[in-house]
Amino acid sequence: MTGLLAFKTAMIKHGAIIAIIALCLLLSVPVLTVFSSVGASSGGVWAHLADTLLWDYIGQSLMLMTGVGLLVLVLGVAPAWLVTMNSFPGSRLLEWALVLPLAMPAYIIAYTYTGMLDVTGPVQGFIRDTFDLRFGDYWFPQIRSLGGAITMLSLVLYPYVYLLSRMAFLEQSVCVLEVSRTLGAGPWRAFSRVAVPLARPAIIAGLALVLMETLADYGTVQYFGVSTFTTGIFRTWFGMGSSIAAAQLSAVLMLFILVLVLTEHWSRSRARYHHTSSKYSRLPQIRLVGVRKWLALVFCAMPVVLGFLVPFLQLAYWAWDTRHLVDFSAFSELLFNSLRLALTAALIALVLGMFISYAKRLQPNLTMRSSVRVLSLGYAIPGTVIAVGVLIPFAWMDNSIDAWMQQRFGVSTGLIFSGTLVAVVFAYIVRFLPVALNTVDAGLSKIRPSMDDAGRSMGMGSWQILRRIHIPMLRGSLLTASLLVFVDVLKELPATLILRPFNFNTLAIRTYELANQERLTEAAASALMIVLAGIIPVIIISLSISASRPGHDART
Amino acid sequence: MTHALELNNVSVALEKTPIVQHIDLRLNEGDIGCLLGPSGCGKTTLLRAIAGFEPVTSGQISIAEQLVSKPGLLVPVEKRQVGMVFQDYALFPHLTVKQNIAFGLKHVKAPERERRINVLADMLRIGELLHAFPHRLSGGQQQRVAIARAMAPKPRILLLDEPFASLDVELREDIAREIRDVLKQDGITTVLVSHNQLEAFAMADEIGVMRAGQLQQWSTAFALYHEPATAYVADFVGEGVFLPGTVIDEVSVSTELGILHSDQNLGYDIGALVSVLIRPDDVIHDDDSPATAKVLEKAFRGAEFMYTLALDSGARIQSLVPSHHVHAKGMQIGIRVEMDHLVVFPMEA
Repeated sequence: MTGLLAFKTAMIKHGAIIAIIALCLLLSVPVLTVFSSVGASSGGVWAHLADTLLWDYIGQSLMLMTGVGLLVLVLGVAPAWLVTMNSFPGSRLLEWALVLPLAMPAYIIAYTYTGMLDVTGPVQGFIRDTFDLRFGDYWFPQIRSLGGAITMLSLVLYPYVYLLSRMAFLEQSVCVLEVSRTLGAGPWRAFSRVAVPLARPAIIAGLALVLMETLADYGTVQYFGVSTFTTGIFRTWFGMGSSIAAAQLSAVLMLFILVLVLTEHWSRSRARYHHTSSKYSRLPQIRLVGVRKWLALVFCAMPVVLGFLVPFLQLAYWAWDTRHLVDFSAFSELLFNSLRLALTAALIALVLGMFISYAKRLQPNLTMRSSVRVLSLGYAIPGTVIAVGVLIPFAWMDNSIDAWMQQRFGVSTGLIFSGTLVAVVFAYIVRFLPVALNTVDAGLSKIRPSMDDAGRSMGMGSWQILRRIHIPMLRGSLLTASLLVFVDVLKELPATLILRPFNFNTLAIRTYELANQERLTEAAASALMIVLAGIIPVIIISLSISASRPGHDART
Repeated sequence: MTHALELNNVSVALEKTPIVQHIDLRLNEGDIGCLLGPSGCGKTTLLRAIAGFEPVTSGQISIAEQLVSKPGLLVPVEKRQVGMVFQDYALFPHLTVKQNIAFGLKHVKAPERERRINVLADMLRIGELLHAFPHRLSGGQQQRVAIARAMAPKPRILLLDEPFASLDVELREDIAREIRDVLKQDGITTVLVSHNQLEAFAMADEIGVMRAGQLQQWSTAFALYHEPATAYVADFVGEGVFLPGTVIDEVSVSTELGILHSDQNLGYDIGALVSVLIRPDDVIHDDDSPATAKVLEKAFRGAEFMYTLALDSGARIQSLVPSHHVHAKGMQIGIRVEMDHLVVFPMEA
C-alpha cells in the first residue's frame, strides 16, 4: 500500500519530466535516424556519391550560402540602419513593410520571377517587341541558375537580418552613439565604427538563420536545377532508390546546420552582454534632405518592391487572368486539406508547447531546461532531412507489423504510419513545435512568479492556476503561437512532398506540381492563398517589435 | 492561551544554503506581528516558510494549533488557509478589482460572496473601484485591493511582504496606521515583513528583529526600544550610542557623564567594563549643568534639533534639543543625563 502510494507520489512529482524526456526522444527520432545511418551499408551508392556528386552538392551549397549571405547583409543591415536612425519620405511605412517579403515562400517567388523573366515571359517579350529583336540577338540573364537562386532566396530571406539588426540598433543605448558623435564621428562613421560592431552578434545570428533556411530550401533549387544537398537527397532517394545513402547525405547536411546553430547560439549569448549603459531615450532621428532622402527611399523600397510587391501583383494578375480555369471543387479540396493539416499541427504544437513551458516553470531544474533546449532545436532541421528521418523508421515499423500480422493471422496491414497524415503531422511537430514553444515560453516568462504564489495562497492547485491565471493572461501569446505554426505548415513544401499519402494534395504541393509542369500562371491562385496567409505572421512580428523597444512602455 | 501562529526552532535553507536558523516565536489570535530587519536578513524567506512556499529544514510551524511544517512535512500553500499580500501586489491584470477579490471565493455561494466583497470594499474604501482593472489603479489603491483579495477567503493568518515598499515615503506611516485599523477591525492575525522600523512601530503589536538569519528579539515595540536584548537591536531600533563605563555596584555604572543609576539589578560583577546605551532623549540640554560637550553636527527636525556632541574624551553622544535653543557648531553646551533604566551590554573586546 505504502509502495503504491510512494509510486503515485513519484509519478505526480516526476510525471511531467518523464513525459517531457519521452517527448524529446520521440521528436529526436528523425535526427537520430539520420545520424545512425552513418555507418550503415548503402550498397555502394554512398561510395558512388562520394566519387561524383557529393563534391558538387557541397560546392554548390557553399556557393549558394556565400551568395545569399553577402546579398542579405546588403539588403538587411543598411535599410535597418536607415529606417531606425533617419527619417525620410515613407520611412515609417518601410519600417514594417521591409518585413513583408517574409510572407513570400522562396519557391513561390522563384516560380513567379521565372514566369516573368523567362524567354516566353512578358519582360523578354516586351524587349523583343520594342527593339524588334529575336531570341538570341540580345543578352538577358538566365534566371534559372545559381545566381537566380541566390537572388530569389536573398529577396525573401533578408528580413531575418533586417529584423535582428533593427532590434539591435533600437536597443543600442543612445548614449553610446552620442558619445561617438561628440568624439567627432559623423553619422556614417558612427554607423560603421560603433553601431554595426555593437550589432554584430545580432547580425550574425540573423545571418545564421538565413543560411539555415538557405540550406533547407528545396523548392527553389530544385526548380532552378541547382545541385545542393536537398536536391541531392531527393535524387539519391527517388532516383537511385537508396534511402540509406539519402540519410547519409542528410547527416552531412546536418553537420553544416549544426555549425550554424552553434554560431547562432553563440552570437545570441554575446548579444546579451553587449550593453554597457542602460540609459535609453527615444532615438533621435536625423531628417534626411535633398538627394539623400530620395536615395534612402529608393534603397529601402527596393527590397520590398522586388521581394514582395512585384511578385505579389504578378500572382494576383495571373490568378485573375486564369480564374475561368480554376476548378472550384478541386481548389476547395486543396484549401480544405491545407487548412486541416495546418490546424491540426497548430493545435498539437500549442498544447505541447503550453504543457512543456508550464512544466518548466513549475520545475525549472537542469533536466527540464536541457530537454526544452533539445526540443527547440527542431526549427533548424531542414524539412527534407526530417522527412527522410521520419520515413525510414515509420516504414520499418509498418513492415515489421505487416510481416508479423501476415505470419500470425495471414492478413496484411499495409501502411499504418508511413504514407499517412500521421507521418506528415509528426514531421510538422518536429519542425514547428519550437515556434510554438518559444512563443509561449516568452509570454509565460513575462508573468511574474508572484502571480502563481498569489493563486496558490488563495487555494488554487497547479492546474487551476494554469486555467484561471496563465491561460487568460497568455491569450495573445497562445494565439500568436498557433498562428505562426499554422502559417509555417501552410507554406511547408519538402516534408509534405515526401511524406504525404498518395494523391493527397495541398496548396503548396499543387503550386509545386503546376510550376514543374510549366503551368505557372495556373499555379497563381494556390500560391496567392499561401502568400496571403503568410502576411499574418508578418503583421504579428511588426506589432511585437514596435512594442518591444526598451524604455518604451510595453505594458499590455 | 491558544496561539494563532507558533514557530519552534525553525530553520529554512534555500538551495542548501541556510537562510534562517532556530527561530522561535508565538503570535496570539488577532495580533499583528512584524519581522523587522535589513534586506538579506532572511525575513522574507521566513514569511514564505510560514506561507508554505518553502519547506523547513528543522523545527515546526503551527497555524491555529495545526502542525503545517516540519522536516518531511509541508502542507501545501493552497491547503493552509493563509492569505498573502505580495510586495508587487500581484493583482491579476486580466480580472477586474471585483473579480480579483472574488478569486479565492470560488466555493462560496453567490449571495454570500457578494456580501463578503461589499464588506471588504467598505472596510478598505475601494467600493468605487470594483469594476476597474488593476492597471488603472494607483499604488495605494492596488495595495488595498491586494489586501481585500487576501482577506476575502477569511484566512487563518494574513501575511504581508513589505507591504509599504512600493508606496510614497510620506504616505507610508499614515497608510500603515489605516491598514492596522482595518486588520484590527476584522480581528485577523497578521504577520508582516518590513525593513522600516517606523512602519513596524505603526503597525505591529509584536516585533521581531532579525539579523543574518537569526531572530534577535521578539517583543513589543516599547520593549525593543527600552529593553533591547542585544546590542544589535539597541543599535537597529531607534537612535543612540554606546558609552563605555565601569560597574561600581549592583545598580550603578560610572561613565564619563557621571555615575548612572538603574532601577534594576544590572547583574554584572563590580568592576566589569560595560557599554551603556545612551538614547538622544536621555541627554538633556541644561545651561546650568557643570558637564559640557562640544557641538559637532546638528540636524533640524522641526520641533527639535538632533545634536551630535563630543565629550572631552572624544566619545560622541546624541541629544534632542528643543529647536528654540540655537547653538552654533563648535560651541560647548551644558548637558545632563536623565535615565531611570540602564541598558548595559558587556564591552566588546
